[in-house]
Amino acid sequence: MAQQGPTSPVPVPAKQDASQPAPKPVREGIDLIVNGERYRHTGDKTMPLLWYLRDVLRLTGAKYGCDQGDCGFCTVIVDGKAVASCKTKMEKMSGRRVTTVEGLAGDDGKLHPVQQAWIDEDAITCGFCQPGQIMAAVELLSRQKNPSDADIDKIGNLCRCGSYGRIRKAIKRAAAAMKDGKA
Amino acid sequence: MSGEVRLSRRRFLKYAAGTAGALVIGIGTADAVDRPPPLGLLGDAWAQVGPYLRIDADGRIFIGVRDPDNGEGTSTSLARIIAEELDADWTRVVVEPLGLGVTAGNGEPKFTYGRQRSGDATSIPAAWADLRQAGALGRWLLLQAAARRLGVPAEQLRGESGMAVAADGRRISYADLASAAASIDAPSAPPPLKSPDRYHLIGQPAGDVDARAVVTGALRYAFDETIGDPVIAVLARCPYPGGSLDTAERDAAMKVDGVYAVIDLTPEQGQPAGMAAQAPALVVLARDTWSALAGRSALDARWKAGNTVEPAASVLEQKALELFDDDAATPTTVRADGDITSARKKAARALEATYFQPWVAHATAETPNCVVRLDPDTSVTVIAATQSPRQVYTVVQRMTGFRPDQIDIQVPRGGGGFGRRLEQDYIAEAMAIALAKKPDEIRNRPVKVLWTRDDDLARDYYRPLAVHRLNASLDRKKAIVGWHQRMASPSALAGRGTPDNRLWQSELVADALPAGLVPNFRSDWYALDSTLARGEWRGSPHVTPTFASESFIDELAHAVKANPLDFRLALLGDPRQLPYGARGGPLDTGRLANVLRLAADKLDWSRWLRSENGLGIACAYVFGAYVAHAIEVSPTADGIDIHRVVCVADVGRVINPMGLEAQLQGATMDALSTALNLAITVKDGRVQQTGFRDYPIAATQPMPYEIETVIVPSTADPSGASVIAVPSAAPALANAVFRATAVRVRRLPLLRELARLR
Repeated sequence: MAQQGPTSPVPVPAKQDASQPAPKPVREGIDLIVNGERYRHTGDKTMPLLWYLRDVLRLTGAKYGCDQGDCGFCTVIVDGKAVASCKTKMEKMSGRRVTTVEGLAGDDGKLHPVQQAWIDEDAITCGFCQPGQIMAAVELLSRQKNPSDADIDKIGNLCRCGSYGRIRKAIKRAAAAMKDGKA
Repeated sequence: MSGEVRLSRRRFLKYAAGTAGALVIGIGTADAVDRPPPLGLLGDAWAQVGPYLRIDADGRIFIGVRDPDNGEGTSTSLARIIAEELDADWTRVVVEPLGLGVTAGNGEPKFTYGRQRSGDATSIPAAWADLRQAGALGRWLLLQAAARRLGVPAEQLRGESGMAVAADGRRISYADLASAAASIDAPSAPPPLKSPDRYHLIGQPAGDVDARAVVTGALRYAFDETIGDPVIAVLARCPYPGGSLDTAERDAAMKVDGVYAVIDLTPEQGQPAGMAAQAPALVVLARDTWSALAGRSALDARWKAGNTVEPAASVLEQKALELFDDDAATPTTVRADGDITSARKKAARALEATYFQPWVAHATAETPNCVVRLDPDTSVTVIAATQSPRQVYTVVQRMTGFRPDQIDIQVPRGGGGFGRRLEQDYIAEAMAIALAKKPDEIRNRPVKVLWTRDDDLARDYYRPLAVHRLNASLDRKKAIVGWHQRMASPSALAGRGTPDNRLWQSELVADALPAGLVPNFRSDWYALDSTLARGEWRGSPHVTPTFASESFIDELAHAVKANPLDFRLALLGDPRQLPYGARGGPLDTGRLANVLRLAADKLDWSRWLRSENGLGIACAYVFGAYVAHAIEVSPTADGIDIHRVVCVADVGRVINPMGLEAQLQGATMDALSTALNLAITVKDGRVQQTGFRDYPIAATQPMPYEIETVIVPSTADPSGASVIAVPSAAPALANAVFRATAVRVRRLPLLRELARLR
């Protein structure tokens, strides 16, 4: 995969000292797995995961909404937990396993039950918040097979278009489908 | 291999053979035909005739959608209008958003796809007028081709789900007929449209055509565009309108890894509001978004206010009250019937109330952004979500001096519009940066401007703050015989070249109810001054006035101890048509009474008097649509619970009930959330809000679990849907809150005011 963006800063020796061998450039990096692929981040460690995904890996499914972790547009799953990628710095990502909305569908193009439920309930309006909504729902359903209304409302992702009613229905539809799939 | 059918003096359909056996149909204007694109040079007919419709030999049907879709659902509904007339197989339809259609005319650009604006719920009514014809021509040509092939008269053939079907059951797919259809001679008149009883797509629910792309993350909003590896631009804008730069740490910003340059953006003089960048600003150009943001932090730009410091809302409100009481003030009288003064003298009762509504922001989900790829000698490509591609063109043409054929404006699906994307400031920013002198290493790379949320809230084109004072006179039979409304606001049209006597047009609607129902009626608008940028917000001329008028009608009903539903129905009177100057008229009072009754029935309005919960109702006529809200609330220790919200709409014929329901629910949610919580406030000359913590959009509390909708069946011509459920929601809520708490809230946001008054 072609990578663009931040490159590793080259360490500069503080002082040349003939008695010691010149220090070798150390290629430091943060290794992580995104949607099953291995990557090494060699740029700014304080870069939020959101901009690493979007600007470096060019995975633009996670959206920008607020910088404050309040809206949930940027939600991705890290080691099984839904996180606001705008507030998650790359220095915390070493050895982590990330799933974005691009990584949900099967290799054969078969949609995740949550994605299919979103289509079946026509839960998108402008659509911009929906990748984040979907990732939050996937994580909820991974720990709550039968989420209550209260469980669903606890997600708290914002939808500027107000499609909450359909999002709730879609989550329940997905829960039912996932149960049937296992049965 | 091509032909034309005239629809009207200025509009015509044209069709041609495309590559690989395709039939392509477009709509043109008489202006554009003055200089038809040279056949053969452009290659594919798709480019020659305007890509509304292309029937490929492989069975796929491409439908181009001309109006931007920022969540209104037009990419689905406009495509279905065409597909219906074509009798297309919807499962084979591929919908593509069209960029701006512009060609060189005789010195003037010609906009080949028409208006291409999304706003004020116009897309559907416009499509109803002409896009059906494009589909009908396609079907006619295909059936003619089938008639030749089968040796039967075309009148004995019908279209059915992508097939031409003969009376004897023989059928040929449109795919097989596409090539032959392109060489049929044009009909002498536009082919007849389908009878609505044969509709199989219009009126049936359809999911959004972009759904799969959205849920897989594949859909590229402009925010996601990476064409040509663009340089990322983040701006530090002056937070004081009319202010200037004090200090900035340019060297510190340049030291941030990934920052290429810091450049100045200076104000463009003489441009109308909304057609130029909001300058001054400093632009940080960087390799990626994070570097740009870090560079902006390091820049630490400090700004000074200009000569005029924007006052707090309370100062503007005080000014409004002084104007209302000042006999020497000179408002614009928007409408005057009868004599309100003598009506007041003769009245059994006279009431007055004053309503205060704050500045509010759009806060689109996708913040403003724009990508520009410029070759200074040859061409420019602009990629941006917009509600007005033609205005984008105007700005781009002005700043580049290019000919129409050098300008390519692409309009992907947008993450919300609400009126924000009628403004061109973010386009002008990106253009100015693309044209600016830059370091060699980035000189030829595209530029992508991104706004952060605090940028978005700090420099929006806000819905104007508004003060309304209403006076009513009632006779002994409890009928309203006099109505005087005074509204004061800073006009959203100010600074845009609009003459002073028309500045009210962005603020209120002259014929809005109860105009036409009250014999002595007067509506006056007073201008307030403000330095904040203002703009359209979800049909705003309907929104703040309807909160005032529908709240006040409720107050009048209570004053005369009438049931607010009965009071409104009596006011509307017998079903009849009222003249209505703004778009959508005439107004049918019977259709409005009907949505009121249906909303009341759905909420079981018979409980109104004895219910412990408060029931409230309100209605509005918005761009040709009739809407009512009925809401049930109860008081809580620190606010209210909203138990039920009913929204009833009569939009004429419904194109896509599933899309309409989403628009009604979403607009209701937004209107309630805004009324409950939202205000943009000014302190020390600048906007205070910075994010969703202090500007909590789309709050789910205290909303009900579901917004209940009722869609009235109708065969009337369709109206739009996207903003119609905004105006009546807030007054229905305030009216319900009054019944629940005995507190009349005349100032928004509601929760703050309710807490103050209780």
